[in-house]
Amino acid sequence: MSSLVKCPHCGLRPREEFTIRGEVATPRPAPDAATDVWFDHVYLRDNPRGDHREYWHHAGGCRGWLVLDRNTITHDISAVVDASTLKTGTKS
Amino acid sequence: MTSFRIEGGTVLNRDDVRHFTFNGEKLSGFGGDTVASALLANGRQLVGRSFKYHRPRGILTAGAAEPNALLTIGRDGRQDPNTRATMAELFDGLEARSQNCWPNVDFDIGAVNGLLGPVLGAGFYYKTFMWPAAFWEKVYEPIIRKAAGLGRASYDPDPGSYEKCWAHCDLLVIGAGAAGLAAALTAGRAGARVIIADEGAHLGGGMIAERSIIDGKPADIFLGDVIGELIRLPNVEIKSRTTIFASYDDGVWGGVERVQKHLPDSAITPNRAMERLWRIVAKQTILATGAEERPIVFGGNDRPGVMMAGAMRTYLNAYGVAPGKRVAIFVNNDQAYDTVRDLEECGIEIAAIIDPRTCPDVGYHGSARYIAGAMVRDTAGRKGLKSITVRHDDGRDEVIAVDALAMSGGYSPIVHLACHRGAKPVWSDDHAGFMPPQDVAGLTPVGAVSGIYGIVACFNAGAQAACDALTGLGLTAQPALIGADMGRDAGLQRIMPVWSVPSARGKAFVDFQNDVSVSDIKLAMREGYDHVELAKRYTTNGMATDQGKTSNVNAIGILAENKGVSPGDIGTTTFRPFYTPVSFGALVGASKGFEFQPVRTSPLHGWAARNGAKFVETGLWYRSSWFPRDGETFWRDSVNREVLNVRTNVGICDVSTLGKIEIFGADAAAFLNRVYCNAFLKLPVGKARYGLMLREDGFIYDDGTTSCLAENHYFMTTTTALAAGVLTHLEFCAQVLWPELDVRLASATDQWAQMAIAGPKARATLAKIIDDDISNDAFPFLAAREVSMFGGRLRGRLFRISFSGELAYEIAVPAGYGDSVADAIMEAGQEFDIAPYGTEALGVMRIEKGHVTHAEINGTVTPADLGMGRMVSVKKDDFIGRVMNQREGLKDPARPALVGIKPKSPGDTFATGAHVLNIGDDVRLENDQGYVTSSCYSPNLGHAIGLALVKGGPERYGDEVVIWNGLAGTSVTGIICNPAFVDPENEKLHA
Repeated sequence: MSSLVKCPHCGLRPREEFTIRGEVATPRPAPDAATDVWFDHVYLRDNPRGDHREYWHHAGGCRGWLVLDRNTITHDISAVVDASTLKTGTKS
Repeated sequence: MTSFRIEGGTVLNRDDVRHFTFNGEKLSGFGGDTVASALLANGRQLVGRSFKYHRPRGILTAGAAEPNALLTIGRDGRQDPNTRATMAELFDGLEARSQNCWPNVDFDIGAVNGLLGPVLGAGFYYKTFMWPAAFWEKVYEPIIRKAAGLGRASYDPDPGSYEKCWAHCDLLVIGAGAAGLAAALTAGRAGARVIIADEGAHLGGGMIAERSIIDGKPADIFLGDVIGELIRLPNVEIKSRTTIFASYDDGVWGGVERVQKHLPDSAITPNRAMERLWRIVAKQTILATGAEERPIVFGGNDRPGVMMAGAMRTYLNAYGVAPGKRVAIFVNNDQAYDTVRDLEECGIEIAAIIDPRTCPDVGYHGSARYIAGAMVRDTAGRKGLKSITVRHDDGRDEVIAVDALAMSGGYSPIVHLACHRGAKPVWSDDHAGFMPPQDVAGLTPVGAVSGIYGIVACFNAGAQAACDALTGLGLTAQPALIGADMGRDAGLQRIMPVWSVPSARGKAFVDFQNDVSVSDIKLAMREGYDHVELAKRYTTNGMATDQGKTSNVNAIGILAENKGVSPGDIGTTTFRPFYTPVSFGALVGASKGFEFQPVRTSPLHGWAARNGAKFVETGLWYRSSWFPRDGETFWRDSVNREVLNVRTNVGICDVSTLGKIEIFGADAAAFLNRVYCNAFLKLPVGKARYGLMLREDGFIYDDGTTSCLAENHYFMTTTTALAAGVLTHLEFCAQVLWPELDVRLASATDQWAQMAIAGPKARATLAKIIDDDISNDAFPFLAAREVSMFGGRLRGRLFRISFSGELAYEIAVPAGYGDSVADAIMEAGQEFDIAPYGTEALGVMRIEKGHVTHAEINGTVTPADLGMGRMVSVKKDDFIGRVMNQREGLKDPARPALVGIKPKSPGDTFATGAHVLNIGDDVRLENDQGYVTSSCYSPNLGHAIGLALVKGGPERYGDEVVIWNGLAGTSVTGIICNPAFVDPENEKLHA
């Protein structure tokens, strides 16, 4: 697990300040989307060996939700961005 | 006993005599001594007994790898078991005791195990004590644990304090030997922020044991000059007595600094940490940890008096201790001849040099007897070395009388920290050792750890490595190079690996601390455990507190030799933190006792305490749970009184711990409408509404009230337990799901003191302090707005909401006013017999009223399960949980639903968690009808009541059932009923 995370708002901070929600799953479906789409969104998660895109919350800092690209083998973080700047959450 | 102290000793201060005891015996040493050097100086070679066979053991090393000389140091709360005598600094008044021996180290009953050696081989315990299975826990294990083992932990609390710190630097240098010091000096001169850490008390590494000329100066003068310059550099931080024990991701290192562990009790500053746990963030790191000298595996190689050649040299030169009167040396490499030369210089008689190489050319020109092509096969001496048996190359045995033997089987680079993150060390035939991996980002191994030998070569390599590392950071440095010395520093190392002596007689130990011999490893191979990880676990080689620092590579060599492959093919076991043992105290830091976790107290804590509250820990909070009065002997006496007083008069309860979230923004209403399952879009200003928050999977997450205080300004309350969780959830919704909504959230839990005033006389009480009209017409049920108090001196927020089911208000005032407002309400309510009530009474009243908490909202229930299915909006397009809540399985009418439950016979009681069965059914899972979620004694009804989730739900009101308690083995007959035991028509609420 990475020891330090470069928060786009707060800079390099220890990982103890963050909580991890898990994989950036499929975007939140529209209310009338098919049941399968909803089940995938709510329950299905990948657990890859390698590159993984995750939601991290800077709970002990700016309280921003971040999207973090992390390698689960090397623990290297290739990118950290404020989640609100990405259209990851809801299907448009 | 004779003193073995001689002239010299680079680290000794002979003016500073220090007295100590060893197993009760009074001895003395000097400032600068370790316990090990002081014991050796006093002629104490025998210091402990081995783990399994209780063999006499002495001091093998002069450093962190020591497997034998583990002592218990100190007493009572400051007792430290398994302390390496080689690392413990001597202080005045120190008490040291041997371990694992009874009645004493000289005469140890357990030594009988040594006679049983032939049957106590690897896997013995597994094979022998298998049957009968029940005997293991009760008979075998306690006996084995008593016989085997290390020191005992104290039962007394440690009076010392501990702390944790962060540090940041450009360059971290691990190890302050020649390479490390040169790296720190180079980087320090270049202006970089440098931290140099060394586990020892004295900087210098191998240089403290050096007698040669370095850069034109005697070694000790040269070392003093280097350290002096480092101290003067303000950008260099020197951390001696600091072990870097782990490598973590992103250039973060774990270290432990022994701040006061080396001081006598009288010198310890109580408020200063005994040890300090460091996390060091380094942009670049120089690994200058050196190399560990390997023992040679021959018969009786564990006898006190047999010592590593390098350790012998350290005791001789750094501590002024002679190893014995007549010494032999058994070495297979060139480096170890430095010990021969220094012994000769000190005038110690060398009985023989035994070198298995047939034509070594080591440049040794001394007068000692030199036996080439030979090996030591056995030793003799009951509690200390008396003689060695040498097997000559012609097969002839010769016994040579000696009282000390130096051995050197080569050098194992200390690669641990380079491998903690998963990289594997690489075998080198040239060095006969595992070298550190070269491709670890941000880490440069240099010096003996990278196979460089000799002080000057290491120093110059360290200087150059620092230059290179700084270049990567954009800094320019000049390497602090030095000139060659007077010829001692050959820088050449030739070695002939000897993994075990073929002619060894008797037990030849590989792992000293776990008593693993070469025959154990061969047994493991015969039984199929020849993989390095299996052999380790089968034999326990490398699994002791020293983690095999002196034994692992020999074990790998023995496996390789017997399989006919290279040690590189065998590979190493996995390197993991910690490099050396770290005390629990250091890891715990300040988190112990009352400071184990943060404590949250309500702004009304002082008020509650003054009113005699008993507090209960709920998460980090201390909540007032009941307020006993004189004559009340049992908590329920107080709770019953508090409940009845609320129902008949008026009570006041601290509800400040509820989560409070301020919500602002033009889209705040739309946001609330999407996070609650019920409608919030049209909540008018001045009104509160109960809301149910679902998870996206359709189950209930949390409940609470949200009030509209002004246009685009809402105030949400959550349960105490999920205050943080709900805020995090809302932030996710606002930032990730719907960043287009204009909504802002702020936690205000700690900013408001909030209290519930409940009971028929609540309005009369509050009317005395609130300036606004709070009559039923002016301030009806679910009204919520800011009010003026105390003649305009304070503004607070008043909510007409009720958890107890009574006419009730919650008043919130800025936290700092809470205490005095609560006092004022108590005074105003005095004429109405107001009394404080706690969370216990609150719980009784909410059960009486059928209100749910997280006892019911337990992650498995939907709104419909709790009789609130009609709250789930069918008009809203979207909200969290909308789609999944409509799943077929969640709409099944057979799902357990909320009911009340009471005993048929009023004298009967039942417990939360009891299961509900139909009368006449067998107690089987398939007959289960549900379970009791909450239960209490109702002082209003005079009998036990409860809430339950039962199949069929409200359709079963009136049914008689069995309430079965499998834990207590009891069952009572119960009746299912409406959960609103009190005031089902809500007349009191609206009064």
